Amino acid sequence: MKVSKEILANVAGLSRLAIAEEETTRYQEDLTKFLAYVETLNEVATENTPPTTYALPMENVFREDDVRPSLDREAALLNAPLKEDGYFKVPKVLED
Amino acid sequence: MSVRLYQEPAHRLHGMLVKKEIKAVELTEDVLKRLEETEDSLKAYLTVTADNALQAARETDEKIARGEDIPFLAGIPGGIKDNICTQGIKTTCASQILANFVPPYDATVMTKLKNQSPVLLGKLNMDEFAMGGSTENSSFQITHNPWDLDAVPGGSSGGSAAAIAGGSAVWALGSDTGGSIRQPASFCGVVGLKPTYGRVSRYGLVAYASSLDQIGPVTRDVTDAAHILNVIAGHDAMDSTSAAADVPDFTAALTENVKGLKVGVPQEYFGEGLAPEVEAAVRAAIETYRQMGATIKEISLPHTKYAIAAYYLIAPAEAATNLQRYDGVSYGARVDGADLVDMMTKTRTEKFGAEVKRRIIIGNYALSAGYYDAYYLKAMKVRTLVQRDYTEAFQTVDVIMTPTAPTTAFKIGALTSDPLQMYLQDVCTVPLNLAGLPGISLPCGFSKEGMPIGLQIIGRALDEATVLRAAYAYEQSQDFHNRLPEIGGNAK
Repeated sequence: MKVSKEILANVAGLSRLAIAEEETTRYQEDLTKFLAYVETLNEVATENTPPTTYALPMENVFREDDVRPSLDREAALLNAPLKEDGYFKVPKVLED
Repeated sequence: MSVRLYQEPAHRLHGMLVKKEIKAVELTEDVLKRLEETEDSLKAYLTVTADNALQAARETDEKIARGEDIPFLAGIPGGIKDNICTQGIKTTCASQILANFVPPYDATVMTKLKNQSPVLLGKLNMDEFAMGGSTENSSFQITHNPWDLDAVPGGSSGGSAAAIAGGSAVWALGSDTGGSIRQPASFCGVVGLKPTYGRVSRYGLVAYASSLDQIGPVTRDVTDAAHILNVIAGHDAMDSTSAAADVPDFTAALTENVKGLKVGVPQEYFGEGLAPEVEAAVRAAIETYRQMGATIKEISLPHTKYAIAAYYLIAPAEAATNLQRYDGVSYGARVDGADLVDMMTKTRTEKFGAEVKRRIIIGNYALSAGYYDAYYLKAMKVRTLVQRDYTEAFQTVDVIMTPTAPTTAFKIGALTSDPLQMYLQDVCTVPLNLAGLPGISLPCGFSKEGMPIGLQIIGRALDEATVLRAAYAYEQSQDFHNRLPEIGGNAK
């Protein structure tokens, strides 16, 4: 199945990535070829097979809901691309 | 020419420090000198912290002078893959999006290492976000293989393996999601150990595919791998997937006795695409085990051929989710845009490299409505079958032996135009990650062109001890791990 321009654009949007017009064909080809390859999985009968998310047996891990030390504000903001008055600063989200 | 200190494994250097035959400063200066001799041609490091290294070495010398006992890694220079958070030292993941990221905290493995007062030389190159098998996807530089500067060192922990082989670090940490410790170890002729999933805390490891990622050592020999696993293994409350299992002293497993060890040889790993020289070397190694008293058994792992397809759906799906955090808000690069979404899109489009974007697209495609069942869920079911193959095999064998990679190191640029061909190189390594099993790669020969070949030994979950015992026994029987590449004026 060939991946259409529309589907590619939709997935790119979900991924918050812009694909330039001149890259579109290449992405379509790569993705189409890749999906053709993974089609081989359809040879495997899995009707009665449960999925594995983690390889080792895992259970929910709980801890006490205690107050514990954490990064102080200054350290947490150290790598912020833009900050102001102890906050991360982002472009305006809400309209006036 | 006398043997230089950088050529020695950590366990011998530790002995020399304890017996006061050498000083830590002298050792660190020698490795830094070696780094200077080789780095122009290898490009293994993204950051070198020479001043900190010498300071740490002096502190160890003072401790020794005061008559204090020193831990195993004290005063011994090593490097860290650049996706492991080091407080106050840039951690870039070889990505432009983290080009200036200075972690405000240490990964758990760093905290554990620092308790040993090692000498930290710096941060090692890798494929961007650990996505790749050649280190060509680094957005900063291409690392070269010390055995052939025109060849790749493997990846994604290519900087770690090249530094050990080239002598610009005595030990290193890497990370392995689909072979990223073992394959570069194989390509560079060194030892690389991927522990069982959960054996080593992932806290502070920049996430690629969280159900597959695992930190492990890259070293000159098996003994060093066991010592470093001792240091970094163990349950960690900061990583909810870390295994609550006892940690044995892995060095206790280093005996030469493999009498009665049951070795499984899966036919599926010796199929099409395996280079004849690699097959010959691996089969010769297995024959050595037979001569040492091990029992060799042909086995079948029938779902092996589906592992790559399952892996390249699961890993990108997890990556697409993990990498959502790079949005230009709280850390990492930002490219300004007209509004919030535009800012995020510009940031990600301009700062992620081609392979990272390709995997995010694959991952989100596989996770998106209408495709989830056909791709992601299907892959997770096949993962179950891959794991069952191993569970069944381990009822009759103790370890499984295979090649680490189907070929020796390929030339730089040889596979970059075809992503799928590059993915297929991971055929021998990804099944272990899907199953969460421990595996080691150790040198088992050289091709006619002088390129290293790796033997992979796979063990039961949490049974690194048997893997290390088997690896050690073979290593004692040959001298492949003692050979040095002829770069930077190495003595032949």
